[in-house]
Amino acid sequence: MSPHTETGGSTQELAPIFAALGDVTRLRIISVLCNGGAVSISQLTAGTNITRQAVTKHLGVLANAGLVRDIKAGRERLWEFEPTRIEEARRSLERIGQQWDNALARLKLKVEI
Amino acid sequence: MISPTDRIDRKILLHAPLAKVWNAISNAEEFGDWFKVDFIGKTFEPGQKIGGHITYPGYEHLLAEMEIDKIEPQHYLSLHWHPYAVDPNIDYSQEPTTMVEFVLKEVDDGILLSVSESGFDRIPLSRRKEAFRMNSSGWEEQMKNIEHYVAAH
Repeated sequence: MSPHTETGGSTQELAPIFAALGDVTRLRIISVLCNGGAVSISQLTAGTNITRQAVTKHLGVLANAGLVRDIKAGRERLWEFEPTRIEEARRSLERIGQQWDNALARLKLKVEI
Repeated sequence: MISPTDRIDRKILLHAPLAKVWNAISNAEEFGDWFKVDFIGKTFEPGQKIGGHITYPGYEHLLAEMEIDKIEPQHYLSLHWHPYAVDPNIDYSQEPTTMVEFVLKEVDDGILLSVSESGFDRIPLSRRKEAFRMNSSGWEEQMKNIEHYVAAH
């Protein structure tokens, strides 16, 4: 795997995130969601002249980039910021690291007999 | 910039002769013994794929496949694989792989083995989540293994 393809890979991963953030309305939605808690579409449109449909569409773009996610609360659909995106990547790496620690401990036992 | 979530690095000092450590890394059967994959009757060849069932309790239904990259005798071995290939119903062959590298270095009191796995940032996040869920149930299994091991020794 050449360094070139590696760079291409991570750029490809980041491009949708920056594209999703490159819009004033979506940035506003993100800033609201960043304040914490799960918010309904009505709450997001309250006090603005943005339509429900437009917000729904924007949320779709943000969700595709992995920046927000929806959760069902009864009959209502709520949206929240996905701060766990990076956190999850970090935790899963930690898990794999632990698996390596376990595997290497087994290797140590094996070769040091 | 190196992303903090892209790679894992480990170093371990093994109090054993170089030949023995190299054999445990480069002989597929021996590798499978500690890595917990059934590679009985198989060999590592540069550029070749090798597959076997995981022998780790609770994961026996999974097939571990790797592609051996380089082998430099007594010193270096690298391979590629799909680190989160945890669902037997999904074809991972078109997805990006991570690269695992083993480097052996002779030091005063044994062999310093460096292991790195890199390329995680290329793996789709959805796969990482999957692996994380798999792993949380795997822990209980692991604790049982330790109990059994301690009880038997």
